[in-house]
Amino acid sequence: MPSSNDWINNPLGVVEEMFVQSNSNPEWEAKVLEYFKGKLKEKQAYSWIPSLNDVPLHYLKPNSLVKFRCLVQDMFDPEFYMGVYETIDPSTKAKVLRFGKYKDVTELRCVPHLQVDLNSRNTVTAERQTFYCVPIPGETLWEAFLNHSHTYARSSQARVVPSTSYIPSRQKRSYEEDDEMDTQPQKQREPHTGGSPQLHANGDSKRQETEAPSGQTTSPSNASSPLDLNFPLPGERGPACLVKVYEDLDSFKLNDMLEVYGILSVNPLLSVLCEEKDPSASLLDPTESMETPEEQRAHDPPASLVPRLHMLHARPLQHNNPLLPSDRAEDQHAFVSSFMVEMASVRAEFLAYLTHILLGDGLAAEYLLLHLISSVYARRDVLPLGKFTLNLSGCPPNSSFTESLHQVIQELVPCTYRLSMTLHNMNSLRLVPRKDYVANRLVSGALQLARNTSLVLDETRLEQGQLDASGVQNITALGNLISWQKVDYDFNYHQMEFPCNINVFVTSEGRSLLPSDCQVPLQPQVTPPNLEEYLSTVHKAQLTSQINKFRVYLSVAQTLDYSISDEVTKAVEDDFVDMRKDDPQSVSAEDLHRMLVVARLLSLSLGQTSLSREGWMRAKHIDMLRRTRSQPQTTVNGNEP
Amino acid sequence: MSSPTSTPGGRKRNRNDIPATPGSIGSTSPPSQRRRGQDSSNADLPAMPTSPATDIASPTVHDTSLFSSPRRSVLPSEVDMSSPLMYGTPSSRVEGTPRSGARGTPARQRPDLGSVRKAPQVDLHSEPPSADGAVASEPSVGQKLVIWGTDVNVGTCKEKFQRFLQRFIDPTSNEDENAGLDLNEPLYMQKLEEISVVGEPVLNVNCGHVQSFDADLYRQLICYPQEVIPTFDMAVNELFFERFPDSILEHQIQVRPYNALKTRNMRSLNPEDIDQMITISGMVIRTSQLIPEMQEAFFQCQVCAFSTRVEVDRGRIAEPAVCRHCNTTHSLALIHNRSAFSDKQMIKVQESPDDMPAGQTPHTTVVYAHNDLVDKVQPGDRINITGIYRAVPMRENPRQSNVKSVYKTHIDAIHFRKTDEKRLHGLDEEADQKLFTEERVKTLKELAAKPDVYERLSSALAPSIYEHEDIKKGILLQLFGGTRKDFSQTGRGNFRAEVNILLCGDPGTSKSQLLQYVFNLVPRGQYTSGKGSSAVGLTAYVMKDPETKQLVLQTGALVLSDNGICCIDEFDKMSESTRSVLHEVMEQQTLSIAKAGIICQLNARTSVLAAANPVESQWNPKKTTIENIQLPHTLLSRFDLIFLMLDPQDEAYDRRLAHHLVSLYYQSEEQIEEELLDMAVLKDYIAYARTYINPRLNEEASQALIEAYVDMRKIGSGRGMVSAYPRQLESLIRLAEAHAKVRFSDKVETIDVEEAKRLHREALKQSATDPRTGFVDISILTTGMSATARKRKEEVAQALKKMIQSKGKTPAMKYQQLFDDLRGQSEAAITKDMFEEALRALADEDYLTVTGKTVRLL
Repeated sequence: MPSSNDWINNPLGVVEEMFVQSNSNPEWEAKVLEYFKGKLKEKQAYSWIPSLNDVPLHYLKPNSLVKFRCLVQDMFDPEFYMGVYETIDPSTKAKVLRFGKYKDVTELRCVPHLQVDLNSRNTVTAERQTFYCVPIPGETLWEAFLNHSHTYARSSQARVVPSTSYIPSRQKRSYEEDDEMDTQPQKQREPHTGGSPQLHANGDSKRQETEAPSGQTTSPSNASSPLDLNFPLPGERGPACLVKVYEDLDSFKLNDMLEVYGILSVNPLLSVLCEEKDPSASLLDPTESMETPEEQRAHDPPASLVPRLHMLHARPLQHNNPLLPSDRAEDQHAFVSSFMVEMASVRAEFLAYLTHILLGDGLAAEYLLLHLISSVYARRDVLPLGKFTLNLSGCPPNSSFTESLHQVIQELVPCTYRLSMTLHNMNSLRLVPRKDYVANRLVSGALQLARNTSLVLDETRLEQGQLDASGVQNITALGNLISWQKVDYDFNYHQMEFPCNINVFVTSEGRSLLPSDCQVPLQPQVTPPNLEEYLSTVHKAQLTSQINKFRVYLSVAQTLDYSISDEVTKAVEDDFVDMRKDDPQSVSAEDLHRMLVVARLLSLSLGQTSLSREGWMRAKHIDMLRRTRSQPQTTVNGNEP
Repeated sequence: MSSPTSTPGGRKRNRNDIPATPGSIGSTSPPSQRRRGQDSSNADLPAMPTSPATDIASPTVHDTSLFSSPRRSVLPSEVDMSSPLMYGTPSSRVEGTPRSGARGTPARQRPDLGSVRKAPQVDLHSEPPSADGAVASEPSVGQKLVIWGTDVNVGTCKEKFQRFLQRFIDPTSNEDENAGLDLNEPLYMQKLEEISVVGEPVLNVNCGHVQSFDADLYRQLICYPQEVIPTFDMAVNELFFERFPDSILEHQIQVRPYNALKTRNMRSLNPEDIDQMITISGMVIRTSQLIPEMQEAFFQCQVCAFSTRVEVDRGRIAEPAVCRHCNTTHSLALIHNRSAFSDKQMIKVQESPDDMPAGQTPHTTVVYAHNDLVDKVQPGDRINITGIYRAVPMRENPRQSNVKSVYKTHIDAIHFRKTDEKRLHGLDEEADQKLFTEERVKTLKELAAKPDVYERLSSALAPSIYEHEDIKKGILLQLFGGTRKDFSQTGRGNFRAEVNILLCGDPGTSKSQLLQYVFNLVPRGQYTSGKGSSAVGLTAYVMKDPETKQLVLQTGALVLSDNGICCIDEFDKMSESTRSVLHEVMEQQTLSIAKAGIICQLNARTSVLAAANPVESQWNPKKTTIENIQLPHTLLSRFDLIFLMLDPQDEAYDRRLAHHLVSLYYQSEEQIEEELLDMAVLKDYIAYARTYINPRLNEEASQALIEAYVDMRKIGSGRGMVSAYPRQLESLIRLAEAHAKVRFSDKVETIDVEEAKRLHREALKQSATDPRTGFVDISILTTGMSATARKRKEEVAQALKKMIQSKGKTPAMKYQQLFDDLRGQSEAAITKDMFEEALRALADEDYLTVTGKTVRLL
């Protein structure tokens, strides 16, 4: 049997062994999967495997087992490959059966003149699909950082110690030290620097190469035409990866969050094979001419930049919060139920914290909290249920308030992105993903986000001016996203609708031009002379342990189930009828929709999984407060939301 | 056909699993393996013709020259396609392919069948190749002989196909291609006759026909198209030239099978399908330039001028190293203009959006079109492609022993069939065959037989939107549409069959949601917002392509939703000029464009579902529809149904609404699932009804309609109002037809008319009620003013005239004074507007003129 480490360091060896044992019985494939699944189930096994997210590619051993936390950005066409083939030695005529699964090229073991026997009757053709995967867009630094520390410590075994004097000092750090790091938020919040200075220095060269071209640095290696790694968000960095999927092709969807466990392949041969096809040759070659150079580049980028990962196992991620156990369902249940006890108290602390951040406005803080735990939990025909888009109006313009607010959110949620809605951005940014038929790939846009990503739209930056055609399209796309929680990807000849689940938070001066489920005007209770200083003091005052609690709280609240009992249903109905009786003009079906969502989120935020009468009354109450506050601001608006 | 059994391992994609060819001698190798064999660098594979007829019958100089390599003692299969040369008549056309000769109709190469032009191979172990020629005449011997790797016997296959051509009759055929053919005569013989007349040497064969005639032949065709189709070609040419020995064709007839019943979704293609014939549907996204592909290279010896021809082998030409004539080495040079090329085009096809599972990206496939199929399709076309699925291993790198273990796949197209003009859920037979399985049709029919199907369907429509039953029913009828009628002979042109609906009402009454739902339900729906769309965005515009300087016509939402529904939200916020284009679309169902040198008329047979908000944001019950939404009445009258979506403001309603909404928020996943299922059924139901049901009015129904119309006219006539115009009668007919479609009935009966009447009245009651009198008055919609309002206007004018006359001969009066006098005199309150209207009316009569503040009598 393979030794315990073999399956991480040399998974292909394990596969080989099984293949040979199987005697070309096709069951070997199932056995391989079974074996790796079993191994991964072992306690802590997940954490032994180095992660492509954290460890720079050149420290990883080729053909070792690695994991990758990613988002499926694009799905390429399925390809046929030689599942099993036979090699022949022309001199001795000796034939050997080999397998092509989990490999990019046929391996001939460096025996000269060994050839692949393309005529062999034992050849098995099989099908696999390639997914283009990118790191989860908008992943916040704390998140990456914690994930990192969870895995990094034990990941050294699979790493090749490079010739440079890199001493992996990080691995010796204990968890407590990481926490210390966390308490220095300034350092982390600096944009465009890594989570820690060390990391930054180490990964620098790599990062520059893999940075999206919209970043300030262009990759030095290929200055003429930097490879567009197609990240959804500008300024993203990290490795993109071509994941070869062998099983259950249909179970994966675009924009799924996955943790892929697979065999890393950075075979330099791949690049060689690509480069040797010079354009003139491809012109003459009828089989090559179907691919444009752009397509070649998109589908076969150099392996050093975009490694290949042959999937052995994939775990779909419901959330990517490292503070929550995500390995097994039982674990999660136990964790959630233990946390439930704390819910109410954490909520109180959290609310107090948010109140400080929102300049003492308790109501706005309450709504922000509800917004942060909202999530689309079902769809009724076209109507998404559970979405709760918040429009915080009355934000001071031309100040860094919205920016600081986003930084606070960044500290709390696993994924977030702030879109500054400047006129220039709206006109020039590509929000909606678009199919590029020349390169045959889906060109990503800023709205291609993972589930439960928090999207902060900063409308205070919008100035007067003209929106051009693409600007109008972008605004429409944002409106669609908010109203229907869907993004219509542009496939040139038609549009294709992709449902999404993105928490949209709009900060604006007056009422936002975008639709929203709920608008709260900010009423600051304190007016600190220096806003920035104030916010950073508030922020610093929080202990990391507390922040961590908040983070867990948000994720837990998002995943809770919820129900309404018949009795409460009746009460709600009666209530609605009464409200309508009093003033039919002011309460519409729309309002009931919103109040039901508010009631749901309010209950969940307190850890209650069913609506109580009090919960409903409370929801009504805060909605009433909100409405009285926004009354003077609501002008006649003939449009439905 | 490929056997559906799976290997012990249960993996259906296993290569070994493809059909074990039952009757084959020598080898049971599946086609793709064989294929791979041919693609190897092994150059000395023995290539054998399926029929050596050529060897015997036409050992022309050209043919001998084909022996490019001494080892290759045989000819590729395309040569034996030319074997029926002997049947051909002398033809003056000799250009074509190099082997054409002057002896008959040239055989044209079929690169679609094998781009590498490798012959199927006869089993060499048992018989010498020439024996195969005898097979055709001596079936008893031939029974044992098959093409290498298959179970196809050339002789039997040919015979079977000829029998098929001669005998196949399909009396029930209703394909448009068979239009004008006598359905009780052998179908394909008539087509051959057509070929002899028209001279287009292509015979399209529906695989469905082959299957119903001879299942075994069909299986062979699907599994071994590369071998069987040339055999078919041979058979058809023999038959043709026997019948029409004098015909002159450009080249020999090529058989183009289509509609392989193994029609597949692009997604379901898997390694099993390699080298089989498949039909897939999809949309063309890109076509390449024409690629001249060398089929045959012409070499000439520089020393002795001896010439030789070398055929393309796996995309490569092997240059002969030695001249066979003078034995000089490396003396041969390629002569380009004597080499033979064929046209080739790369086409990229993308899965059509309707076939895709949600949440995945569409797949694309590369298709190669050859010769006359080049440029047959354009990007954007929806097509069904029949072709052979190929997989080619990535080219071996000469300097690398490693091979990329991936195959490149493509389809060699044999036949294109556009599904475009007829639309996916339109009238296309093939799409339907795919869409509706027998069970599905059965469930649909069962559903249709239920007495409450109308209510069921309407409640399945947008279940998340509460009540508004009549509106849902109206939209349901819109989805089904009326029957398309053609009156072009009587000069009326096409009759509109589409139902247009306008929803207007208070904000927040889920109008947009209803529109979104409909947009998601129909296959060719477009959703636009009045605010965001311009006239060109809705219709079409002409654009100059920056590269080619060509004028391109870009179509807008209305044209795109031809045969579908165009949902227009915020109709009231649309600009005047934009709205004006709707006039033509909504009645004539066409769009005329005259711009930048392009004058054309596009079809826009679209139903319009529009939503509008009242001008004052809240519906003012004291005003008419026109006044509330400020839309031109010319446009309003083009809507069959105008519904008001008002907040009813009544307690029972509120309670039901609350219950509905609350239950929406806590219903379990399963219940949601159930409703999703409903949506799929609803979709199919509508598609089926739209395709197959064309109801016609029966006698009773016509009578009922006449009565209804007369009644409607009568209602108002007593009070000098007209409550119906012919347009309303047309609406009634359409609605009745749509209702009959809902019942899957071919006849429009009285109940349909009743429902149409009810719905129409319901809509009228809501939108065309004169707020002053409370009566239904259609003239509100047709003239923009209710009859009472008009009457009163007249009365005021008369009163004013009387008053002025009573004042005696005063040539001029003060405006203000006149107004005050009139107010004092009249019993009813007279507003300034009314006064001015009266003045204008009198001015029109040339009774007086108004200049500034004075009124002069004339």
